[in-house]
Amino acid sequence: MDEGKGNRWLTPEGASGLKLISPPLIFAVLMLAAPLATMAIFSVLTDGYLTILPILTLQNYIDTWSDVIYRSIMFRSLMVAVSVTAATVILAYPVAYFVSFHVAQDKKSLWLFLITIPFWTSYLIRVFMWKVILGYNGVINSGLKALHIIDQPLGWLNYNVGAMVLTLAHAYAPFAILPIFVSLEKIERALLEAGQDLGESRFLTFWRVTLPLSMPGVIAAVLIVFIPTIGDYVTPNLIGGGKIPMIANAIEKLMLKADNKPLGSAIAISAMIIVGVVSLLFLFLNRRFMRGQR
Amino acid sequence: MKFPVLKTYTVAYLIFLYAPIILLPIFAFNDSKVIAFPLQGFTTNWFKTMWADEQLFHALKNSLIVSVSTAILSTSLGIFAARATTGYAFPGKGAAAGLIMLPMVLPEMIMSMSMLVVFLAIGLPLSIFTIILGHVLVCTPFAVAILTSAFQSLDKSLEEAAMDLGEGPVSTFYRVILPLVMPGIVSAMLICFTISLDEFIIAFFLGGTETTLSVYIFGQFRFPAKVPSIMALGTILVCLSILLLTTAEYFRRRGLARTGGKDTGGFL
Repeated sequence: MDEGKGNRWLTPEGASGLKLISPPLIFAVLMLAAPLATMAIFSVLTDGYLTILPILTLQNYIDTWSDVIYRSIMFRSLMVAVSVTAATVILAYPVAYFVSFHVAQDKKSLWLFLITIPFWTSYLIRVFMWKVILGYNGVINSGLKALHIIDQPLGWLNYNVGAMVLTLAHAYAPFAILPIFVSLEKIERALLEAGQDLGESRFLTFWRVTLPLSMPGVIAAVLIVFIPTIGDYVTPNLIGGGKIPMIANAIEKLMLKADNKPLGSAIAISAMIIVGVVSLLFLFLNRRFMRGQR
Repeated sequence: MKFPVLKTYTVAYLIFLYAPIILLPIFAFNDSKVIAFPLQGFTTNWFKTMWADEQLFHALKNSLIVSVSTAILSTSLGIFAARATTGYAFPGKGAAAGLIMLPMVLPEMIMSMSMLVVFLAIGLPLSIFTIILGHVLVCTPFAVAILTSAFQSLDKSLEEAAMDLGEGPVSTFYRVILPLVMPGIVSAMLICFTISLDEFIIAFFLGGTETTLSVYIFGQFRFPAKVPSIMALGTILVCLSILLLTTAEYFRRRGLARTGGKDTGGFL
């Protein structure tokens, strides 16, 4: 990428730009691009006992997509990530709307600060706290028992997909609020007044002006929440009790415990493909939605 | 009519966000081995138990080494990237910036596993050093994002004025640009430090036998008897991170005041 300055198409400005960006770029190539490429190569090789045989094969991908276990793990991860994303974005939108439209200008950063504080406290401890809260003898069950509302602990609170969705929706909340807030802030307030002056109701103005104009923030929020949740490792481990594995747990198991690096790599690459396809699908649907609005 | 509904909802949402964190100190000072109601009385024993564990201090030392190194390295790399993308036009700029920012949108498990595969293949022993490599990769995009806005709000004419008055590019950078973006640098370093301190997956898989604070905490979860002292540790961590964030926010605001930018709020 950054060859010498001899190239005809490279202006002096271009050369200094390339020189400046080369330290972070070389680091990213060595630590990100090269390892990902290695994993892509591993995924089409054959697993031998304790070694990797240099025999090209697509068997790992066939196994990944046809084996019932891996298919259900991928489907579950996808469902959890979609539910978490939907819950987080829908719950976060009114909060972002409130801070952007109903809070005085000089108070906005204080509100945002309040929203971001829980996010910067240990992710592990926050996830673990949900286990403590929802547990069989946890805070909710013991609290309700102390208040004599229930006699037996509620079993459906923990170790299920719903608890995982709740925990993740809590963990990624600020990720959704901030981009939506930024896009709401950019909306010209005069447009909204114009809508209402022209006889639209508040709700119609919101539906036809505010919501479409804030869509870039919603897309950003969806992608920012969806991508890390589909690859989450800690929540299935703690909240799911290790019995409801997701993609990251499967990758870990195959790469380390089962020492089947080609199959593990194939699942990791498949996960990246799923993430990429879902993201593109969403961007495409959103473009259609925006066109329909006009 | 609409106003109080939204406000009530937002306050309720904030309570949901804070609920797990508020419970931390409650149970850290509760005189019971089980985390459950009703409360059993006040004690500071859990803090003493936590403090007596030598493994904690070993993990803390490792974490500090990792986080400080990560903050310095990521911010340095971030300065290069932010300066290059805000000040220069060059071929492949989009692709280069995209690759540098990519870790922001990749699941950490995939990054840590791919790095682990390469480290094992080339025989690089797993240690604190390999954790630092992983953390720098993850933190650099955040540093770039913060520093890009710092460099963007720079008045280009100040730089030109310095050059016209006979300063070279290097001394212009040190004497004019650096002081102006200093608040951005401090804020980027604090954010990278916080992310690195909190990061678990990379530290867990790339650390080998070395534990950082988050790996230590994860290990403690397996023992129900250790839970109250983890509550005590969590309480201390929450207080520390609020302190750090307030400092970061202070520097960010001072930076905005200095470069004359508008306060848009937030770190991201």
